[in-house]
Amino acid sequence: MSAFTGTGRLTRLALRRDRIRLGIWIFGTPLLGYALAASVAGVYPDEAARHGYATTSASSLVARAFNGPIAGTDLGAVVVAETYATLAVLVALLSTFAVVRHTRQNEETGRAELLGASVVGRYALLTAALLVVVGVNLLAAALLAVVFAGAGLPLAGSVAAAAAIGGVGVAFTGVAAVTAQLTVTSRGANALAAAAVGLSFLLRAAGDVFGEQSADGTRVESAWPSWLSPMGWGNQVRAYTGERWWTLALPVALLIAAVALAYALAQRRDLGAGLLAARRGPGRAATWLLSPAGLAWRLQRGTLLGWAIGVGVLGISMGVAADEFNAMIAENPAAAEAIAAMGGGAELVDAYLAAMLGLYALAIGAYVVQALLRVRADEADGVLEAVLATAVSRGRWLGTQVAAALLGATALLLLGGITTGIGYGLVDGDPVGKALALCGAAALRLPALLVVAGVVTALFGLLPRWSVALSWAALMVFLLLGQLGAVLELPQGALDLSPYTHVPAAPAVDPTALPLLVLVAVAAALLTTGAAAFRRRDTPR
Amino acid sequence: MAVIAIDKLVKTFGAVRALDELDLRVEAGEVHGFLGPNGAGKSTTIRILLGLLRRDAGEARVLDADPWRDAVRLHRRLAYVPGDVSLWPNLTGGEAIDLLGKLRGGLDRHRRDELLERFDLDPTRTCRTYSKGNRQKVAIVAAFASDVELYVLDEPTSGLDPLMESVFQDQVRRIRSVGGTVLLSSHVLAEVEALCDRVSIIREGRTVESGTLTELRHLTRTAVTVETARPLTGLAELPGVHSVREADGRTHLEVEPAHLDELLGHLVRFGVRALSSAPPTLEQLFLRHYGAEGSRVAEQRATETPAALR
Repeated sequence: MSAFTGTGRLTRLALRRDRIRLGIWIFGTPLLGYALAASVAGVYPDEAARHGYATTSASSLVARAFNGPIAGTDLGAVVVAETYATLAVLVALLSTFAVVRHTRQNEETGRAELLGASVVGRYALLTAALLVVVGVNLLAAALLAVVFAGAGLPLAGSVAAAAAIGGVGVAFTGVAAVTAQLTVTSRGANALAAAAVGLSFLLRAAGDVFGEQSADGTRVESAWPSWLSPMGWGNQVRAYTGERWWTLALPVALLIAAVALAYALAQRRDLGAGLLAARRGPGRAATWLLSPAGLAWRLQRGTLLGWAIGVGVLGISMGVAADEFNAMIAENPAAAEAIAAMGGGAELVDAYLAAMLGLYALAIGAYVVQALLRVRADEADGVLEAVLATAVSRGRWLGTQVAAALLGATALLLLGGITTGIGYGLVDGDPVGKALALCGAAALRLPALLVVAGVVTALFGLLPRWSVALSWAALMVFLLLGQLGAVLELPQGALDLSPYTHVPAAPAVDPTALPLLVLVAVAAALLTTGAAAFRRRDTPR
Repeated sequence: MAVIAIDKLVKTFGAVRALDELDLRVEAGEVHGFLGPNGAGKSTTIRILLGLLRRDAGEARVLDADPWRDAVRLHRRLAYVPGDVSLWPNLTGGEAIDLLGKLRGGLDRHRRDELLERFDLDPTRTCRTYSKGNRQKVAIVAAFASDVELYVLDEPTSGLDPLMESVFQDQVRRIRSVGGTVLLSSHVLAEVEALCDRVSIIREGRTVESGTLTELRHLTRTAVTVETARPLTGLAELPGVHSVREADGRTHLEVEPAHLDELLGHLVRFGVRALSSAPPTLEQLFLRHYGAEGSRVAEQRATETPAALR
């Protein structure tokens, strides 16, 4: 028996377990790529518009940090600038979580022990996970290349652009293979790998911010930090503008090195053990912890802190960018029109700010879903049984969880408004006044989040087994209606399904009370339905 | 007063009838063993008693209250140890104990610390690093550190080593000595024999036996080995005698306790030289009910002795 015995079987098992989520990944990323590329082609149809975009992107530090180095005025270059960062972060995280799910999580839950005792080699589990994740990355990249080429972009460039994104996934597959050996928990392994994704993003952003703008003003040559980052490598492929194919070897080299390291670590450690020791904690609970609310805070605070950092950084950056935005729209009427359509007219900067606040509200919707779905996780793994066998009523427990998720979401929303205002104010004057104004504007989005919480709660009460999938699906529908509804010219009736359609696009338009009151009423009805259904049904179910 | 009174309880999950007119009575101050093969419906019964599941038909009263409607009020008066303990992975064991105790209405801090020591549990480790046995200890300490009237324990010791098992048994005895009531679901027969005043055996959602261990033994055949001066004859005609076989000049047979007297009267006529009789072990008792044959035996008994202790 070799160390790889059983790899084939385990690969099939992993594919069987994840056939749905891998399918969404393989088809979803190209679809997202297509949607983004199509909208870019619409906004920048001619050379003049793209020249304006390229020069602004090359001179704007914020654009460089978030979108990477612009490489000329070809349509392909603009598409890469607008899609690469999003898709790269997406596949990096998807690859990371998938590797950890099929390695460390199996060890943590004891499934690996069961498998390890059968005819399965020491490396089989890790190898199977790598085969699956690398394979899925290659498939998704192949489809993405087809999609880009199908959208009318040059074939070679499309292959290079898709391969660059696939390469990011492959590189982080390797990174996650190593982090899965280091920590005892899958959560820890995910956190380490996600930190590597963040660091990689920051290195690339730094390299591009400190890069040099070309003489004609439409290109950026990245500085050395970008070359330290797997996410930077993808930009250096220079898809559509004189492809440098050899850079695609970098993620492959990283994968090989990382996998070799992971095998070496797997060889040395015991099953279930990690290289980083588990920490100890207090032997006695603090008084504040001893209530459902205290517990909810304790369980949420880490996630909330992570979100707060993300929202804060995004807010400051987008606020600072608002000033550059003024410069950009002066040169590009098409983009101005697109932004105005998103924000609802009026002052263009206000439309931009409104669009940003809307974007935060959508993202924070994901926080609400994530935080609130903990109720289902607690029910499924049995923790809820222990709690409900104490003197805590079902209504109190669920109410606490909903309240905690909504309080967190409110804090994030206000933080987004305040940091955007501060960022904008720092370059344009009056940070305090702008922070207060945008904080108020952000607060008007809260009713939409109430509805999101209501949807999750109702699903949890009525269809607990389907609540995880359906909650995320509902949020995806809201997202797609908001982002693509206008582009696809969907009927208003369809757009009205999303609560985000009904929140006023402040500060671009003046708020009216009626839609907000209706949203609150809908949210209240959903929350009550969910709570009533949960009080009446069996648990666990 | 009955602390737990269940009458013809029915619970169905889709097409599966998990509980099929189950009966259970647990009196105040007793340790009641709750036995049955896997999937017999023990955990389902317990979850109904805790108000987690809703009954479809029948009656269930706990401490003279409705377990579904009065769940919160009731839960201040009982403590529960689930069969499969799952905890918050990022809380420490000590935090989980304090939290569960406080949510129930408070716990005795002195006893908590004493129990931690006796169960040899490190409360500073996070729950995700605990083995199954250690997670069970967390739930056991949280339950036993509370002063309540009823303790519902669902296979609480399945992951404990023999040393911890004895600490556990000491605690159950302490509870009984202060008048507490315990419903103990268990597969550890030695534990049941050592602790339980009465037991109920359930199978496929029905109660098949209930009573003290002595009473239950009466319902099961006694193994008899006898050596006589003259060859034994006529055994087959005796009522209640089964499985007669000869070996090494001795006769081995099984007899129903109700017919022991008639058997002895028959044997003395052949000049008994040696006689040994063994009451059924608890294990035999349960195997009869657990195994495939169990249901047949139970049905047979139901027709033969309708009044017997059910």
